Order: sequence, then C-alpha cells, then structure tokens
Amino acid sequence: MLLGRTANGLYWMNRYIERAENMARLVDAGLRMALTRTQNASEEWNSVLLSAGSDVAFTQKYQDYTAANVSDFLLRDTSNPSSTMSAIETARNNARMVRTALTRETWESINEAWMSLKRMLAKPIDERDLPTVLDAIKRETALIRGSFYGTMLRNEIFDFSQLGTYVERADNTARILDVKYYVLLPSISWVGSTLDNYQWESILRSVSAHRSYRWVYDADYKPTNIADYLILNVRMPRSLTFCYRFLAEHLKFLGDDYGERHACHATAEKTQAMLRAGSIKDIFDAGLHEFLANFIRDNTRLGDEIAQDYRFY
Amino acid sequence: MAAFDEMLPEVSGLRRPYSAYDRWLKEQDPARLTEKMQDAERVFRKTGITFAVYGEQEASERLIPFDIVPRIISGNEWRRLTQGIEQRVQALNAFLDDIYHRQEILRAGRVPRELVAKNEAFLPEMIGVRPPAGVYTHIIGVDIVRISENEFYVLEDNARTPSGVSYMLENRETMMQLFPELFQQIKVRPVENYPQLLRQSLAAVRPQSTKGAPTIAVLTPGSYNSAYFEHAFLADQMGVQLVEGQDLRVVDGHVAMRTTEGYKQIDVLYRRVDDSFLDPLTFRPDSALGVPGIMDVYRAGNITIANAPGTGIADDKAIYSYMPEIVEFYTGRKAILGNIPTWRCSEPDSLKYVLEHINELVIKEVHGSGGYGMLVGPAATKKECQDFAKKLAAKPSNYIAQPTLALSTCPILTEKGLSPRHVDLRPYVLVSDRIQIVPGGLTRVALKEGSLVVNSSQGGGTKDTWVLDD
Repeated sequence: MLLGRTANGLYWMNRYIERAENMARLVDAGLRMALTRTQNASEEWNSVLLSAGSDVAFTQKYQDYTAANVSDFLLRDTSNPSSTMSAIETARNNARMVRTALTRETWESINEAWMSLKRMLAKPIDERDLPTVLDAIKRETALIRGSFYGTMLRNEIFDFSQLGTYVERADNTARILDVKYYVLLPSISWVGSTLDNYQWESILRSVSAHRSYRWVYDADYKPTNIADYLILNVRMPRSLTFCYRFLAEHLKFLGDDYGERHACHATAEKTQAMLRAGSIKDIFDAGLHEFLANFIRDNTRLGDEIAQDYRFY
Repeated sequence: MAAFDEMLPEVSGLRRPYSAYDRWLKEQDPARLTEKMQDAERVFRKTGITFAVYGEQEASERLIPFDIVPRIISGNEWRRLTQGIEQRVQALNAFLDDIYHRQEILRAGRVPRELVAKNEAFLPEMIGVRPPAGVYTHIIGVDIVRISENEFYVLEDNARTPSGVSYMLENRETMMQLFPELFQQIKVRPVENYPQLLRQSLAAVRPQSTKGAPTIAVLTPGSYNSAYFEHAFLADQMGVQLVEGQDLRVVDGHVAMRTTEGYKQIDVLYRRVDDSFLDPLTFRPDSALGVPGIMDVYRAGNITIANAPGTGIADDKAIYSYMPEIVEFYTGRKAILGNIPTWRCSEPDSLKYVLEHINELVIKEVHGSGGYGMLVGPAATKKECQDFAKKLAAKPSNYIAQPTLALSTCPILTEKGLSPRHVDLRPYVLVSDRIQIVPGGLTRVALKEGSLVVNSSQGGGTKDTWVLDD
C-alpha cells in the first residue's frame, strides 16, 4: 500500500534528480561548443537555454549569453526552479517527505549530494572550475542512482520512481532534438559542413552519447543516424524508445499489481507502439519538428494522467 | 551548591555503575576519543537526524549535540524508577477518565474545580467519551531529575505527544557503531525494540469493531515540522504509513487515507499533531493539518487516537502540583516518585512566600514549555527579579514556583577531559492493556558549564542512557 502523496513525492524526487543531471549535461555541451567555436558562442548558449526551457526566465535577468551567466543560471541560481541547485533541493525535499519509502542508502546519497552541491555551488563558479563542478554534479547523481538501483526493492515504490525518471528523460531528449532539429534537416545540412559536425556532436554530447554513437553507427556523424539514435534506438539509455519501453513496463507492473488499468496505460502503450512501428525516414518525411512537438505534448499528458490515475493529489 | 555527580561524586569517588566504563575509558587514547566525537557528528548529519529551527533560513537544520560519555543507571536504580513511573502513569490515565466522566476527584475537593474547568487543556468535547480500550495517554515521557544518591523527582509528565524517542534510539545506534567493544564488555539492556513495542501497544488499543489486523498510521504536521525526522523514523521503524492531514478524509464513518489504489481505512492513528489542529470542524477551523470530522469518527468509537485528545489536562503545570494527591486518590498509596515541592502562586500564602524569596526560586508560567517564559532566581539580576515580580503579582494564577534544585551532573567529554554537566532523564512509557517502560530513555544535558537548562532549543545536548543488566 502506498499513499498517493508518497507516489507523487517519489515521482517528482526522481524527475528532479534527472533534471539536476540534465542541466549539467546541457552546460557541458554548451561549454564544449563555446570552447571549440569562438564565433557564435552566444547562439550556442541560447540554444542550451532553449533546451533547458529556461530562455525566457534567463532574459529577464541577463542580457548576455555568456558561459558565466548561463552556467550560473542553470547550475546555481535558486530563483530558477530548474537549476541544478534548485532541482537537487526539490529532490531532497521530496525525499524527506517520502523518506519512509526509501532505503537508508538512497536517502543518504540524496542528502549527501545536497550537502556537497550546496557547498560547491554556494559561490559563483570560476570558469576554470566549471569542468570540475560539472563532473561533481554528474558523480553525485550517479551515486544516487547507484544506491537506488542497488538497494531498492522492485515494488510499486520503484515503479513510481522510474516513471518520474523516464518521463523527465524523454522530455529532455525530445527538447534537445527539437531545439536543434533544423541542423538535422537534410535540406540545410546535407552537405555536412564543419559547422554541422560541431552541432551534431553537441547534440550527442548533451545526452552523453558522442562516444557510444560511434560504437553503433559509422564514425561519421549523419543527421539521420543521430535522430535514429536518439529517437528509435532501443539500447540507447536516453532515447525516446528506451524511455517508453520502461515507462510501459513499469506501468504494466502497477496495472498487474493493482489489477486495474487506467488512461495512462493506453497513452504510454500508444506512444510505444508508434515508436516501435516508426522508421526514421517516416519521421523525417512527416516532419521532425511536428513529430517532436507531438511527442512532447503526449509525454506531458502521460505525466498528468499518471498523477490523476494514481491519486497523487 | 554542590551537585551530585552520578559518575564521580566528590565524597565517595567512582560510583559502582560506572566502574566498568571507567576502566575502559582510562585505556583510551584521548586523541581517538576526540576523533570518535567528530565521527558521531558526521553520522548524525549524514543520516539527516536534524531538527528544524524556525526562522533561520540558512541554518534551518541543526543537530542536537551528542556527547559520547554514556549516562549509566544500575539495574536496582531502574527498578525503583519504573515502580514509581508505573504508579504515576496509572494515576494519569485514571485521572483523565475521571475528569472526562464522573469527576470524583473534583467532588472530593482534592483538586480545585476551576483549575480544570477554566483550563485550556481541558476539552469539553471529550466529556463522556471513552477511548478504545479505556486508555487516554498511550505514550508518555516522564521527565525525571535526580539530586542525590536516593532522591529522584518528577519534573514534568509529558502526557500529550512527548518527543525525543528517536534520539534515544539513534544515540544507542551511534554508540554501538562507535564503540562496539564497550557493549561486549558491559551488559547494557537493549532499547532497540521500542518501535516494535510501540506498534504492538498501538495495535492492542484498536477499536473493538476492527476486523483483522488493524491499520496503523503516524500523523505528522509535515516535513517542515521540527520533529519531522522523528515522525518519519517511527513510522519507518514500525512499518506503518506516515500520513499528513491532506492524505486523510472521513469515508463511510471511518478515517481513510488516499492511496494509489483509492481510500483505505485507518484504525489507529498515532498523531503528532496538537489537539487544537486535529479537527477543523471541532477545534481550530483554520487548521489544515488535521482531518475534518475525525472527532465524530472518534466519538463513534471507529478510530483510536493516540494520545487521546484532551490529555493535556493531566500534564498541565497547574495540575502538576496536585500530582501527589492525584496519585494517592487513584492508587490508594503514596506516590513512590515525588514531585518537586511547588508553590502555587494562586494561593495567597504561597504567593507571599514566592515574592519574598524570588531570588532563590525557579518561577514558571503554568502553560509555558521549552524553558521559555521562566525566571531562574539565583541566575537573574535584581532588575530581572523586580520585573518578574510585577508580572507575577499582576496575574499570580499564571505561575508556579519551585526551589532551584542541584540537579545531578554527569561528565561530558570536553577538550580538557571529563567535566560535569547537569542532566535530566526522560524514560518513555507505553500504555495499552499493560504498561511497558523501555530500559533507558533520553538523557538531556546542559552543555554550558553550570547551566541548568537542558532543552535542545536552548543549547542542550543528549547522551546515550544505559540501564545495566546487573
């Protein structure tokens, strides 16, 4: 038996842990672009902010798209509810609320991540320290994930936690693609200029897939392959298909355990079926941007339905 | 005023209960002990054993300092204490049942009627209500002080929602982690089974109508409450749900919690929410922490609320001074554990005495708690005494006075070695169809040299409390 409020807490705890890490990844990709390409750096930082969904809030506070401003806003600004610091704080508050549902190891890893990041992000980050800070964020969230997978019982508590992780991750991957979809379109980038190569690498980097891409596809970056990798690859842990495989699986466990199916089951299965049947050619033919916009909308609806069907409020 | 030290009294040297510990201590390298002290703090911070301090944004989570020298009580001393506590707890429950029914003790003139009738802690809503299994106060923390080898006094009966038991458990856990060898050398009675005892105790007082195993839940005001850690800890250790008011509603005459599969009935609610917030339909209408209609369910006998609403009338400071009479009235015997002599300022003779001796006494507000709003005469300036005397004369019934006792001390480890500090003791008592007292409790210690205030909100710390299996 699980309280609806506890399920809600677990779901958001994991969404925010995922988000804390994704912010670091996005800044990492932006930093790489800015370092390798001195021109148009501000454009790159702008798209990083768009991917993070934080562009509007950023422009209310800053004028210049610089590494210092963007990384400050996305990593340590507590007035930005999606910054790594805000996200880890929200994750910990949720963890505190659902503490009785967590193993001691899981709780302690979240609490320690919060303590160490709070210390590290207390002062503005010196640009020279940025790589160290980004590594530390990824390491802390990896430790949380490790304790979580290593110690949690695979029951409904695990299921609701995973739903949070994969809804957030799918949203994140889809947004990264949508912000950059134009550089993947054949009409513009068929030629494969150096510029495009950087752009493509940046996309892969922001989902930590620039190395694994080469294990799966050719050494050369091809836009269709990149899109295929991030959307349809079943083995790539941040692809949309991968996320939906697990969303459907955990929803099925819940449905079987409780002996009841809800609207969220149908929604998740529909999206999963669509991803399974699709080919990357079909997606490009029908319009990559339209595909991603629809996906993001359906994914958000799935989150709402889960909250409603399982009485989060 | 020389205080009695429980380890090293000046007159007789090392006391027996501490002999094995003292032997061990002398073998330890001081540097290692200092290291262990830091380890302890790390353990507490890592596990998030903190209490919230209101109004301080940055430092909103504080640790209660922990001292690594245990407070040790012999088996014999403990047996005496438990007899006294049991008697007192029986009397408290009998008093509550009487006060909310026939009020024999008022008719007999042993406790003044207006002291109850005009008391905010007295809930008229509870008149005629008999809780399941007839138990009113299920979980009690009796604060006890010691002033000499054989003199123990009750300072306060916490009959509402006593806190701190998680520290008793975590202090022991920490000590066992830091010094496992000590527990092999010295037989210390275990306290670890408190959560199981609590769960059994709560299950035993379920409503009669409960079918099968009762569903138990802990009701917390939420994660911003200063004792939230303890609420979560106890729910976790008992294996029951930790609920908030927003999770609960009355469904078909029962209190039910919103789960991922719909509403599920609750039979026993261990609430850590104050009376006035329990039911907005009956008490404070602005309360968002309680459950609208829970009092109707309670009156219908369909839920056990632990502790029962209205138990505060039994631990009120004005009532406290009548405890010797109360114990005798209901148990037919003199109280084994005495009260600290108390002057009720509402009585003209007492008021006169208190005003004349204000610089020797501790004067407390009748309804105050946490060590606030009190005057410690010997430590106060002349001006403070004069100001307090004015307040006292203006509203005498709001105050009681007690002599400043030389509370016993127990050494703590400081940079300069062992140093005595004043302590008190809160053992935890569970009442169901029987009375159970876990051998141990929470020892609070005033960390400032000479200070008598042990409250954690004012610089107090804690110690592991050992009851020897001897």
